[in-house]
Amino acid sequence: MSDLTRLTAADLADRLASGEVTSVEATQAHLDRIAAVDGQVHAFLHVSGEEALATAADVDRRRAAGEQLHALAGVPIAVKDVVVTQGLPTTAGSRILEGWVPPYDATLVERIKAAGLPILGKTNMDEFAMGSSTEHSAYGNTHNPWDLERIPGGSGGGSAAAVAAYEAPLAIGTDTGGSIRQPAAVTGTVGVKPTYGSVSRYGLIALASSLDQAGPVTRTVLDSALLHELIGGHDPRDSTSIPEPVPALVAAARQGATGDLRGVRVGVIRELQGEGYQPGVLARFEESLDLLRSAGAEIVEVTCPHFTYALAAYYLILPAEASSNLAKFDGMRFGLRVEPAEGPATAERVMAATRGQGFGDEVKRRIILGTYALSAGYYDAYYGSAQKVRTLIQRDFDAAFARADVLVSPTAPTTAFRLGEKLDDPLAMYLNDVATIPANLAGVPGLSVPSGLSDDGLPAGFQVLAPAKADDRLYRVGAALEALLEQSWEGPLLSRAPELEVAK
Amino acid sequence: MSSLSRDEVARVAGLARIDLTDAELDRLAGELDVIVESVARVSEIATPDVPATSHPLPLTNVFRPDVPVAPVDRDAVLASAPAAEGGRFLVPQILGEEA
Repeated sequence: MSDLTRLTAADLADRLASGEVTSVEATQAHLDRIAAVDGQVHAFLHVSGEEALATAADVDRRRAAGEQLHALAGVPIAVKDVVVTQGLPTTAGSRILEGWVPPYDATLVERIKAAGLPILGKTNMDEFAMGSSTEHSAYGNTHNPWDLERIPGGSGGGSAAAVAAYEAPLAIGTDTGGSIRQPAAVTGTVGVKPTYGSVSRYGLIALASSLDQAGPVTRTVLDSALLHELIGGHDPRDSTSIPEPVPALVAAARQGATGDLRGVRVGVIRELQGEGYQPGVLARFEESLDLLRSAGAEIVEVTCPHFTYALAAYYLILPAEASSNLAKFDGMRFGLRVEPAEGPATAERVMAATRGQGFGDEVKRRIILGTYALSAGYYDAYYGSAQKVRTLIQRDFDAAFARADVLVSPTAPTTAFRLGEKLDDPLAMYLNDVATIPANLAGVPGLSVPSGLSDDGLPAGFQVLAPAKADDRLYRVGAALEALLEQSWEGPLLSRAPELEVAK
Repeated sequence: MSSLSRDEVARVAGLARIDLTDAELDRLAGELDVIVESVARVSEIATPDVPATSHPLPLTNVFRPDVPVAPVDRDAVLASAPAAEGGRFLVPQILGEEA
């Protein structure tokens, strides 16, 4: 029965629908896998086995009674710990929320529950999603299943590692500057950041509200399309939610999988390659371009001159918004409360003591940076200028999309680095997101699909970007490339990952 | 562009209500100075003729029907609070002694 964990979500859904397997069997298989390998991988902060099995049994009962169910009913899923789940602990990777149990569900969790997907647990992440390696979690490192000495990417390293290690067929991530796509790239999995507003942000613990977007983390492009269609669509509780239906994503993925891209114009972004990119990552990128060309796509080069300023603008806008969003962690209403060691325990002093003890290094760095960028005398030079750069980046995208239907680049400049390697150099850590950040600043959707193994034997990612609300293009091009690459590899890239040792 | 001194970091940390140890202040001041110097380059291209963008998609005046909906259960909210009493959050004194 352990084979059940190797199935794609789409295949598992088919077997559940045909009655060949039950959701209880599938869910138990994944819980067994978690028990066997998560001691090494540490993708999960909390495993909710009992609740997952109860959901699975309920779905099996309803299916047996002939009830019409969602296509993914009974397929287990893992949820990043930044998404609130009623009754399940939610920490966002922070000590300040240790032990907090949310009294409500995020909209996307409501939709997952309504569709009958058993929730296996909550996945590890950089504290409040600040990081590119998951090393900023207050609860320990997650390890890359390809090499346990290496980072799984971040901030959603737990979700990516969980699907890469066959602990879950589906997971939820959130992407503020690359936190879905970069972990996907370095773990050989698929991740999609939808158009801003495509998936409700209600119930996401906000990092930077104008950049945050939740999306699917899976092993195949089709599985991402299935999950995106489930969690996407308008939500009146999120005023930035797009009041339109999401495009036909599953149909686009199926069309793409035929491998025919005739008439599709693919723009290669000149600024997102070259210096700083690992040669093996660039080589896999060029090979992928050749495959797209062979499938009939027209490849053009586009230039986005202001992208070189994106990282700087991002590290002003994100800290500024985060410093405001994280003001709610004041020790009064939820989570940790710390009284000052000496002197009167006034609210302000309790607040400062709580935040001093409850926040980790990276969170303190970014809150202080954001507070500084917003403070009197500096606002125009920093935050105001960053907002103007945002306009220039949007214009770059507009001009590029006039010449191409999708834009492409390597997802991340390098493969997974060693745990600890960049922990003492914040700027070097920030550079991991250099290719993913522009999409968040402009609100456009992006997908990462595995492009092969670099010279060091570790996975690299290929990023596809589309205009806002044209998420279907990601799935068409992504599925085409995935199909062509898997033909050349004679199987999925993940089948080349070393087998993890199984705990008895 | 200005640099970020240790005193300035201490002042901003106070504004952000974060207690820092001396060791933290020393380290953060050095790190933040490097980061600020790097991000300051945004001003190179932020000329007066470029409008600012605060939000990726243009959406304005989002309303919903003015219909009451059930609030989150009070007791469930208070159950995860650091302290509660009589159906309310219990907080430390708001003002200092001298006020």
